[in-house]
Amino acid sequence: MPKEITLTIDGQTVSVPPGTLVVDAAKKIGIDIPVFCYHPKMEPVGMCRMCLVDIGRPMIDRASGQPVMDENGNPRIQFGPKLDTACTTPVTDGMVVITQSQKVASARKDVLEFLLTSHPLDCPICDKGGECPLQNLTMGYGPAESRFIFEEKMHLAKHVPLGELIYLDRERCIQCARCVRFENEIADDPVLGFSQRGRALQIVTFSQPGFDSIFSGNTTDICPVGALTTADFRFGARPWELKPAASLCNHCPVGCNLTVNVRREAAQGGKLVIKRVMPRQNENVNEIWLCDKGRFAYHYAESPNRLTRPMVRRGDELVTVSWEEALAAAADGIRSTGGELVALAGGRLPNEDLFTLRRLADTLGGKVLLSTCMGGGDLVSQVGLTPGSNLADLGKGDAILVIAADLHQQAPLWWLRLKAAAKRGASLIVAGARPTRLERFATRVIRYRYGEELDVIQQFLDGKFPEFSEAQNAVIFYGGEGMDMLGTSALAQACTGLLIQTGHFSRPNNGLVPVWLHANTQGAWELGIHPSGNLARNLAEAGTLYIVAADPAGDDPTLAEAMEKASFIIVQELFLTETARKAHVVFPAQAHFEREGTFTSGERRVQRFYPVIEPLPETRPDYAILAQLGEKLGLPLEGRAPALIFRDLATSVSSFRGLDYTRLAETAPQWPIVGRGDLYYGGTTYENREGLGCTLSAASQKEGWHPPATWAGRMPEHTFDLDRMNAEGLVWLVPVVRLYDHGTTVTPSTLLRERLARAEVSLHPATAERFNLKDGQPARLQLGGKEYSVPVRLDETLPEGAALIPRSCGLPVSSPHGVKLEPVIREIVS
Amino acid sequence: MFKGLLTTLKEWASKPVTIQYPEEKRPVRPRFRGRHELKRYDNGLEKCIGCALCAAACPADAIFVEAAENTDDERYSPGERYARVYEINMLRCIFCGFCEDACPTEAIVLGDQYELSFTTRQSAIYTKDMLLEPVPEGGKPTPQRTEPGVYTRAVPAMKDPQD
Repeated sequence: MPKEITLTIDGQTVSVPPGTLVVDAAKKIGIDIPVFCYHPKMEPVGMCRMCLVDIGRPMIDRASGQPVMDENGNPRIQFGPKLDTACTTPVTDGMVVITQSQKVASARKDVLEFLLTSHPLDCPICDKGGECPLQNLTMGYGPAESRFIFEEKMHLAKHVPLGELIYLDRERCIQCARCVRFENEIADDPVLGFSQRGRALQIVTFSQPGFDSIFSGNTTDICPVGALTTADFRFGARPWELKPAASLCNHCPVGCNLTVNVRREAAQGGKLVIKRVMPRQNENVNEIWLCDKGRFAYHYAESPNRLTRPMVRRGDELVTVSWEEALAAAADGIRSTGGELVALAGGRLPNEDLFTLRRLADTLGGKVLLSTCMGGGDLVSQVGLTPGSNLADLGKGDAILVIAADLHQQAPLWWLRLKAAAKRGASLIVAGARPTRLERFATRVIRYRYGEELDVIQQFLDGKFPEFSEAQNAVIFYGGEGMDMLGTSALAQACTGLLIQTGHFSRPNNGLVPVWLHANTQGAWELGIHPSGNLARNLAEAGTLYIVAADPAGDDPTLAEAMEKASFIIVQELFLTETARKAHVVFPAQAHFEREGTFTSGERRVQRFYPVIEPLPETRPDYAILAQLGEKLGLPLEGRAPALIFRDLATSVSSFRGLDYTRLAETAPQWPIVGRGDLYYGGTTYENREGLGCTLSAASQKEGWHPPATWAGRMPEHTFDLDRMNAEGLVWLVPVVRLYDHGTTVTPSTLLRERLARAEVSLHPATAERFNLKDGQPARLQLGGKEYSVPVRLDETLPEGAALIPRSCGLPVSSPHGVKLEPVIREIVS
Repeated sequence: MFKGLLTTLKEWASKPVTIQYPEEKRPVRPRFRGRHELKRYDNGLEKCIGCALCAAACPADAIFVEAAENTDDERYSPGERYARVYEINMLRCIFCGFCEDACPTEAIVLGDQYELSFTTRQSAIYTKDMLLEPVPEGGKPTPQRTEPGVYTRAVPAMKDPQD
């Protein structure tokens, strides 16, 4: 631990690590030094001059090199002739900082007077008005009157769309470059920049489509004025009218903490309406950021297409009935149908619901299966991240391996944090069959062909990469790209073997992190809910099929076919999916914004979410539906509140043992301090008052744990042979995750419509040539007995012999398989 | 007794102080605070820009505003923002006039209307149509179709402080 430096700020003594800036040191002891351009997460630039303070240092006698003492024996302090910027000055020993003096006050006043010479002062219609640093600091430090002539104000464009998500108001911009620096330094999307100079300086976007960054919403949080505002919230409400409600993002396994702003609206009949989604600080998870999917794809909860009433099949039709009737019909169906009860649970179901579903199935002698196309979660609960882990702690001497995952698209916040870890000096090894955005920051890139993932791990096991095996801490992120369930299970096994061999497990900041497709897939694994090796057979052989928050029929036509054979189907859903259409009883469930519960993230952090809006009147939470059905069947299941279910869960599931619902709501001081009165400092991110969550302890930390059986000796070189498949005239069709997919929770957000991934097959030109396919022309392929025509896109960076297709874009590809591609000679006009 | 009768006689001859309300109405004072009115500019555009500062200032929480965006094809007020919903609950209103003070465009003004009566709670909520004053002569009703680039300022430009 390096020596701390002690300095005095306004008479208060503070000790901080060397390299700390004066503005941060002051913030630590609660002294506000106003800033506009400085942001604690970014490098200082000293552009706005708002942080000017009087800084004095001890006088040093040149001859002796000793501090000069005054008559009282105290070091004599020498102040500079002018004020210094607190945001660019690192602390030194014995420094004296004065932030409250006539000189400093007048400097702040002058800076604000200059900033306001061309500010439009249209606070009444500005979306930032009410939470605006410029407004607050002007009230606090600014002049009451300006000496500048009003006719000389710049009149610039007030409504400039930077892309369809963010609007720019050129008049309001104070040229602090926070947005430009955020996009360059943190998001690595250098799509914003300054054009012109002086008073004509303006922010421009270079990209096509405009402001092409998946983190663009964050710039509106850190913009100290109302220059950047989101199209989603434009004129939605004034900030003081909004009520904050804590929630979690359920789009990916990162588990970003959210604060959802709601208010009652006359236009909606006095209902609570979600007005915007803001990040909530959790330095262990999402820091103070949020990706645009999390920020803008929340409209599904208020979609008019939601299921609102229970439905029961009468003949060929589903008719709406009362809850009593629907529950009775479901209970009768279960009782009268012979055969096993098979429940299928989706990865977006909270822990409490999964637990209740498992209880129900267990007591009925059935089984619960997890709907996922990736395996290995059982190994993650053994050698996953442990309590005390934080990706922000990874730095010099640590190693991170990312294999078969495109984190930028699958889990943007992990991408952001791994990129930051690489910047801090961690060895970032990225292994992939195709280039991904993370590779730019990697210290080593490993390129393999699809099917050779295990070979990569074998090279690690052979000790080819000492930066990993000799690292202090090591984390492996594994995804499922290009592999089916068995393939990812094998990869997870190989990774586990590697971690055990190198000793990187069972301690903080070490372990295996799965890149699941859903928010709570890891939670399901922890609760002992595993996927099936042959889901189609399980579905076909089931007596009663109980499907909760999953859409097998929509994902895969073969599963839809298998479902036909089940004699009785019960579905709990938000929307009338393909699966729900086949059901005999459909229960309308509540969205996670309408209820409370917990999710387990990929880092195994259990976090709570709270009710945000009022539920649709006839919907019920999944756990309650299950418990009420259990009651009809004579099974005592807890269904009164998630807190009670969690209590049962914590006593009966080993990895949750010792956890407490109230403990999940505990918070701890976090740095940087955001979301209090000082919006100028960290932006409008909310302070976390609702809980940081707890990380589950790994099974390997428990006594009596034995390492799982992994590969003894050498691993097989291939999970499958790409060359042989190509020789048979097939290409390996690989579903890849795109951030903006066509999932049921994304498409209701019309704002993102332009950015949604399009259904297209991406191929290497050589592969395309072999199949006689041309760029932009449609290709025909057979999937699950149906024929599809999809446009071809050529991409030289892709591996040969494989074809990439975005997941959930209208084509039912859930796991990779070999297909024949044929050019469409005559386009069929439908 | 005569003294008393004299007073009666005097009062009988003088002008009565009572008036025959409602046939006859007393003029209100210039600063009387009656029912609110939403004002318009001479061209018919609404002065209200939907900033909800009146709602923020209201001590009785009687005002509710929902804003939306103007376009040149469908313009309600100058600038980018207008009030799509503007409601005042007259049962809650205490006629303090803070809304008038808070308004940056002098759109809401307490008028001289004091005859407010309702039979239901719902009818005590005055909507924007009821509060808006009629279109002045020579003006057009809203929404208007306007030339692009003319009405860019929501808040009327401030004058030189030297004036």
